[in-house]
Amino acid sequence: MSVTVKNIVKNHGDIRALRGITFEVTEGELFGLIGPDGAGKTTLFHILTTLLLPDEGDAHVLGIDVIAGFRNLRRRIGYMPGRFSLYPDLSVEENLSFFATIFNTTVEENYHLIQDIYHQIEPFRKRRAGDLSGGMKQKLALSCALIHKPDILFLDEPTTGVDAVSRREFWDMLGRLRVSGLTILVSTPYMDEASRCDRVALMDRGEILSVNTPAGISREFGRPLYSVTSGRRYELLKALRACTHAHSVFTFGDEVHYTDLREDFRPEMLESYLQQLGFDDVRIEQITPGVEDTLISLMSTQDTRDPIGDDNHGHKEGTNDGYNPAIKDS
Amino acid sequence: MRIIFFILQKEFLQIFRNRLMLGFILVVPIIQLMILTYAATFEIRNIDFFVVDHDHSPESRALIDRFVASENFRLTGWSASAADGELALLGNKAVMVLQIPAHTGRDLVRDGSAPVSLRFDAVDGFTANVASQYAMQIIRRHNEVAGVAHLASIEPAPTGIAQIGINVSRWYNPHLDYKIYMVPGILVMLITVIGGFLTGMNVVREKEIGTIEQLNVTPITKFQFIIGKLMPFMILALVIFSFGLLLARFWFEVPFEGSLMLIYLIAATYLLVVLGLGLLVSTVTHTQQQAIFITWFVFVIFILLSGLFTPIDSMPGWAQYLTWANPVAWFIDIIRRVMLTGADMQDIWSSYLVLLAYGVAFIGSAVLRYRKAAA
Repeated sequence: MSVTVKNIVKNHGDIRALRGITFEVTEGELFGLIGPDGAGKTTLFHILTTLLLPDEGDAHVLGIDVIAGFRNLRRRIGYMPGRFSLYPDLSVEENLSFFATIFNTTVEENYHLIQDIYHQIEPFRKRRAGDLSGGMKQKLALSCALIHKPDILFLDEPTTGVDAVSRREFWDMLGRLRVSGLTILVSTPYMDEASRCDRVALMDRGEILSVNTPAGISREFGRPLYSVTSGRRYELLKALRACTHAHSVFTFGDEVHYTDLREDFRPEMLESYLQQLGFDDVRIEQITPGVEDTLISLMSTQDTRDPIGDDNHGHKEGTNDGYNPAIKDS
Repeated sequence: MRIIFFILQKEFLQIFRNRLMLGFILVVPIIQLMILTYAATFEIRNIDFFVVDHDHSPESRALIDRFVASENFRLTGWSASAADGELALLGNKAVMVLQIPAHTGRDLVRDGSAPVSLRFDAVDGFTANVASQYAMQIIRRHNEVAGVAHLASIEPAPTGIAQIGINVSRWYNPHLDYKIYMVPGILVMLITVIGGFLTGMNVVREKEIGTIEQLNVTPITKFQFIIGKLMPFMILALVIFSFGLLLARFWFEVPFEGSLMLIYLIAATYLLVVLGLGLLVSTVTHTQQQAIFITWFVFVIFILLSGLFTPIDSMPGWAQYLTWANPVAWFIDIIRRVMLTGADMQDIWSSYLVLLAYGVAFIGSAVLRYRKAAA
């Protein structure tokens, strides 16, 4: 096992950042931690990268205890913080060679590890890191995290604030690194990125709701899911919410995703209900649930289980309009 | 060791890359030394004074000439009426009024002494005080030259005739040259500002831009990090200190009585205090602004209570006790003694130990407070 986490609890004052996290990551896996902002992803990463001490539970990375063995561990992990954390006043190559030298190695020695990524920013190697574009900064940060040949890589929201093209490129790079056998833990608020991982853990408010393969997560959804569209989206949302048979209703881009409580439900039943209310341009389609649908549905069931939760989620099932983790998605 | 070298290399690269900061580090101290030394002097020139002469004798004119000839006084008016003297004081035209009663010349010749009156505008008490001392000096010198004849000055009420001869000898600074007194103190201020501010700001900056998070997951140890952060500013401050010493020696012609080695040892010890304080501030702050405000607050108090601008002996009792807790005061005291009086380690060891204790205490608590992993 590359990472073993058992019952990790961490409180920031009154805020319960992590409420008993347990999961494992096997060697060579590309593992995603998916969840909205405030789910506790960064806190978990801080604990795994020896920056933060857990209140309870234990965690091993590469078989090393994160508390007792922190010194050994720091030599062997690569970490890319969520915020750009290189020296903006040093040039690209100065940053890279600084991080190589403090790990007692040189850029030349491990150049083959970063070649694929670094050659894209090499034309700008004399440029100050602070003057790079978002995508280039991120490539430099990844190069710096890799230059000491780590055995495991932690990437905290590496694609947040990066354009769609750079995001896709970045995941392609991660895919190639995975092929080379490196274990990678990556956190992201973007649900669509889950499909690029071998396995994902869905996180919300300090808990892991589910750990599965992306396909497995979709299968966990359990009910047929329908996409409903109409020109009058807001009225449609209200009408669906008002429907007594509704199980869950939430917006998803331009669509409304709907599940029904009835066992014998057919889309025609909903269509006629909406036509009675005067919607004449309704289209209803059964769709395959995505990771995001599963996460929202899991978050909703968690709400009924945990009534002290955040009011934004609403306690009634399927009233997720106020808080939609999918909004971040492009 | 290699790691420390690489951290130092990185720090110097960053320091030399920041042109604005580098200018600040190198130019500001020189300007400070030049301006402060000439401006922060206790010497007062051209004090405006007004003469009310009721006597019009050769003796009264001789006394007035002596005031006029002095660099410290400037004659603004002359009258035979006491009312004009009052008006000059009230109208802010003069700081001092010298009034010579009628028959002064005659009484001097006949009795060997005669009173004159000096009145001061004491709104600026410091100037009035210095002016009165200058005036007394001038009258005393006049008496000496005049030989038998003695003038007694009256301020503000008539006093008896001074019969006791005062013979002042000023050791270490015979001409009471304030530059000699100020330059060592201002040197202290320079390295305080460079060392204290830059260290604190530098470490907090790593927090601000988030690089501390990246550094903390590397094998760099706490000690390597702290040494890597303190060394550049220790070196920089000593370079500036050396430059200041050169200026002091060859521009201000301050005498160097003590050993240069000892001066550097003391400066390096003092820098432990300053750098330690900067580091300590950086462990409790999160932004450079916070660090600057706290450092500024601490150093303003330290410098004002250091005896640099106001003699410690003239502070109220409680403030004098406070200066015991002020490393800047200790350093200024030691450096003045070594530079100006040639004190050696045997003379200053007790003060030096206090300074060293402060250095160890500040660095120690900064090291203890600095954590690579948050709890």
